[in-house]
Amino acid sequence: MGVGIEVRSLKAWYGKNESLHGIDMTVPANHVTAVIGPSGCGKSTFVRCLNRMHETIPEAYAEGSVKVGEMDVYGDGSDPVEVRRRIGMVFQKPNPFPTMSIFDNVAAGLKLNGFRNRKQLNELVERSLTLAALWDEVKDHLHKKSGASLSGGQQQRLCIARALAVEPEVLLMDEPASALDPISTSKIEELIFQLKQHYTVVIVTHNMQQAARVAELTGFFLMGNLIEYDKTEKIFTTPADKRTEDYVTGRFG
Amino acid sequence: MPNSVAAATPRPLSLWRRVTDWGATGFAILAAILVLVPLLAIFVYLVVKGFGSINWAFLTQTPKPPGEVGGGMANGIVGTGLILAVASVIGVPLGIGSGIYLAEYGRNRFGDVIRFTADVLNGVPSIVIGITVYSLIVVQQKHFSAFSGGVALGIMMIPTVARATEEMLLMVPNVIREAAYGLGIPRWRTTLSITLRTASAGVITGCMLAFARVAGETAPLLFTAFGNQFWNLKLNQPTAALSLQVFTYAISPYDDWHKQAWAGALILILLIVGAVAAVRIVTARGRLKGA
Repeated sequence: MGVGIEVRSLKAWYGKNESLHGIDMTVPANHVTAVIGPSGCGKSTFVRCLNRMHETIPEAYAEGSVKVGEMDVYGDGSDPVEVRRRIGMVFQKPNPFPTMSIFDNVAAGLKLNGFRNRKQLNELVERSLTLAALWDEVKDHLHKKSGASLSGGQQQRLCIARALAVEPEVLLMDEPASALDPISTSKIEELIFQLKQHYTVVIVTHNMQQAARVAELTGFFLMGNLIEYDKTEKIFTTPADKRTEDYVTGRFG
Repeated sequence: MPNSVAAATPRPLSLWRRVTDWGATGFAILAAILVLVPLLAIFVYLVVKGFGSINWAFLTQTPKPPGEVGGGMANGIVGTGLILAVASVIGVPLGIGSGIYLAEYGRNRFGDVIRFTADVLNGVPSIVIGITVYSLIVVQQKHFSAFSGGVALGIMMIPTVARATEEMLLMVPNVIREAAYGLGIPRWRTTLSITLRTASAGVITGCMLAFARVAGETAPLLFTAFGNQFWNLKLNQPTAALSLQVFTYAISPYDDWHKQAWAGALILILLIVGAVAAVRIVTARGRLKGA
């Protein structure tokens, strides 16, 4: 089951450059929440702060409080590796491990964390690939083909399966369909819709129709601030803030 | 529609463009042939001169006393293997380790120092490395040994392996590392099991280049492994090596030894080619479709 996320006065820097200016946001469990906004508004930085991926960039750091379920992400003694194990991430460009088979790609997160039970591993790989709607397409060459041999859309679903295999509670998606064609995109969107039964999903997207299709809640970011956060329908029909209205009606951004 | 027809038929190339095209292509072909000629010449010459002297005795016997006909270089073949094994045990892990440091952690001043040192070490004449190892190990232990020879060759392997590893790791896109971090895989695990694995083909090539380069080295072995007329399998004893034996036999006054020197050189080349090919075959076995 998914868990909720509580973000309080989250600030993020790249060196001396403050790119998030204190974000407060409450993401409910087992919902899909979209984060929209123009390029450079901090939406990617925001989700990368949720699982402490932000700080893997040299000189980047974050401050504030993020609680994912009972876990205090930025608390004392919090281990970023443990945080990332519980908060999965799917990236903009599909990035399967090129020298690994399809099976090993999905199993990587478990295997490299010391998971050895072969039978359970097989089950988890099958379950994750099924959940990512890829099982039928790849089940005949799990061990023979490299993850890089798949098409772009399949690679992205492989990356989703890989993230699901470690059984996270939250799944962060950073523009997961922006590098894909419309058919692959609709498959990923369908998948996101299914995933919320088991996970809390936060998705960054450039595509406002996509946000409207998949998300129950939408947050609008602008220049490092969360301008408005409400039900998706409200954001796209009767936004409270003028800047949100300008953005969703295509007047800027 | 005359216009579209005109556009569809390409204008014939001017004479000048055709001439420069032929000229550039001809030059490239000539250069390729010129590179191949010395390589083939060496190999053919070695086969012609040496193949006749390779026989069962040559491959299984130790050298006969000076002036006597017959005998072989079996101890040299084994000795070369022994010394190269020591060299690889030293050179490959240290080289790969420092390559990992340079690529993954060494984007700083200290990294620059190591990078510079490695490049300088790469340019140090092999005989200087031999003398250094002689004074550091042979003089201390008071005897020549296979071990000291291996250390000398191993040191020579380090910079080549390190820089090749670094270059190959830097070619692995950062999104691959991010994918691993995103799965909750610790950084050291990511480096070893994801990044290094992704770069493995290039890293192995770097190791083979370093191996092949030191396999034929003679100068650093002169006062480390020293050479031996008899069998020796102990690391702390003077040990024969093919390259040393070729050197000794080639400058000797005996005709039979000259022939054996050619045969030894040919065997040395074949051993190197064989070792490189074997590693290639073994590492290619696990390759996946589309990888």
